[in-house]
Amino acid sequence: MSYPMKIRATLSGDKVEVKALIAHEMETGFRKDTAGTLVPAHYIQLVTIQCNGKSVLSAQWGPSVSKNPFLTFRFSGAKKGEKLNITWQDNLGETRSDEVAIT
Amino acid sequence: MVYFSKRCAMAILLAWGAVAPLSAAEAVADPLSQYREMLGGDNPADLWVSRGEALWTEPRGPRKATLVQCDLGLGAGVVKGAYARLPRYFSETGAVEDLESRLVSCMVQFQGFKREEILASRFGDGERHSSDLEALVAYVVTASKGERMAVPQNTSQEKRAYSMGKAIFFYRAGTHDFSCATCHSADNKRIRLQALPNLTTPTGAQAAYTTWPAYRVSQGEFRTMEWRLNDCFRQQRLPDLKYGSPAAIALTEYLARNANGAVLAAPAIKR
Amino acid sequence: MQITRRKLLRLGSALSVLCITAGSALFRTGSAWASDIWNKNAFSAKAVDEVLKAFGGTHAQPSSEITLTVPEIAENGAVVPVIIESKLLNTRAIHILVEKNPFALSATFDIPPGTDPYIGARIKIGSTSNVYALVRTDSGFFITQKEVKVTLGGCGG
Repeated sequence: MSYPMKIRATLSGDKVEVKALIAHEMETGFRKDTAGTLVPAHYIQLVTIQCNGKSVLSAQWGPSVSKNPFLTFRFSGAKKGEKLNITWQDNLGETRSDEVAIT
Repeated sequence: MVYFSKRCAMAILLAWGAVAPLSAAEAVADPLSQYREMLGGDNPADLWVSRGEALWTEPRGPRKATLVQCDLGLGAGVVKGAYARLPRYFSETGAVEDLESRLVSCMVQFQGFKREEILASRFGDGERHSSDLEALVAYVVTASKGERMAVPQNTSQEKRAYSMGKAIFFYRAGTHDFSCATCHSADNKRIRLQALPNLTTPTGAQAAYTTWPAYRVSQGEFRTMEWRLNDCFRQQRLPDLKYGSPAAIALTEYLARNANGAVLAAPAIKR
Repeated sequence: MQITRRKLLRLGSALSVLCITAGSALFRTGSAWASDIWNKNAFSAKAVDEVLKAFGGTHAQPSSEITLTVPEIAENGAVVPVIIESKLLNTRAIHILVEKNPFALSATFDIPPGTDPYIGARIKIGSTSNVYALVRTDSGFFITQKEVKVTLGGCGG
């Protein structure tokens, strides 16, 4: 079970600025819980971001990306109202996709 | 004691507001200001706000009811501005309540949850997973962001809570003979690089109170005021501060009232 | 690296089709794609040089055309903001590396045409360490670095 991402995509001039917060544990596999048991690694490995079906960014992450990751970037060639989609997949095969309209 | 931190064992001091605003001169010298500035407005607490909003409107609990009729002090269902005016006296329960005890009351009253069950998981697992209750707090607090703190003191109960809170703040106890005041009643104190606000002054109380609840970077979780107070008690080596107890609410009343007039900046982001 | 990138793009479009046509059940097969594409060699490399090798590079040239913004002191190593901007022509990928982490590579970003060679992210840094911005362009690899000091917090959780 995963929680929705918080995505903002704002057009300013001819550039869209994307800011995204993703709810994810990003467990390194090195951390022990309070009982002293090693918590298994659980982290996002792939992130793909598309606008109008076209890739505007693709990323690969390791476990050292922070818990509840934040990502920002800029791209051009999109208009207000067009949809931006972010999809992640993690090392346990879980995945999630969320979409926002560019404002 | 579950999440007792080793690095804290040496420093028997309590850090209330890690992010006390500093004067212009101090800000230049503050080596952490660049870090805090870079984290800026992009606060993962937003993830909890969305969750809390969904929990507020979703039929839940044995009665499959929502919380939209919950009275947070400004009338049934009014969320906006409510947190900036809490704690306050509720005639229906005959007690002064803070946001958290009020939410618990509403979850019991409308949704039929058992109080003990809510309290058992009030801080999630206490470590890396926070609770539904905390997400609800995130939602309600955010609806007051930008508003001025205006905690009322119109009833004798509210006045009594304030003086009781003040007494607890200065009360020395425990194996280390500590009180809240030991660390938080003088200016310009700090632990390592973190400034300690003087919570007895309006400036100090305002800086601290208006930046809690917060997203706690060290845990990657959203944490509430009762959590913060509980952690202060733990750091003072005092017994657990009971969630929603008259003592917890009195202490909150003392701090919140001292912060009156300041603009609420919570949820903040803290180390 | 080129192959990886094409695959990623293909994955992107495949996923978006699935988004529209199917529910979450289909996504469970996603793990196969992740393990197929994710650069295991680069992410298991311990040293900065090994990461470069895993990306098919032999030498990364220090460049002042890459701006790496990190805080001088991080109040908590669990969340360290990193901003990287490349002014190098035809920047194709931006990588974030931390010298002293158990595995040096933190994140890689493929920059398609139309996207600025600019990335902001937040990473974990175990202890005071150099952070590297490694950039791949059509003319090879370029690199810049900065030290981040990680402090212990004042107190408690």
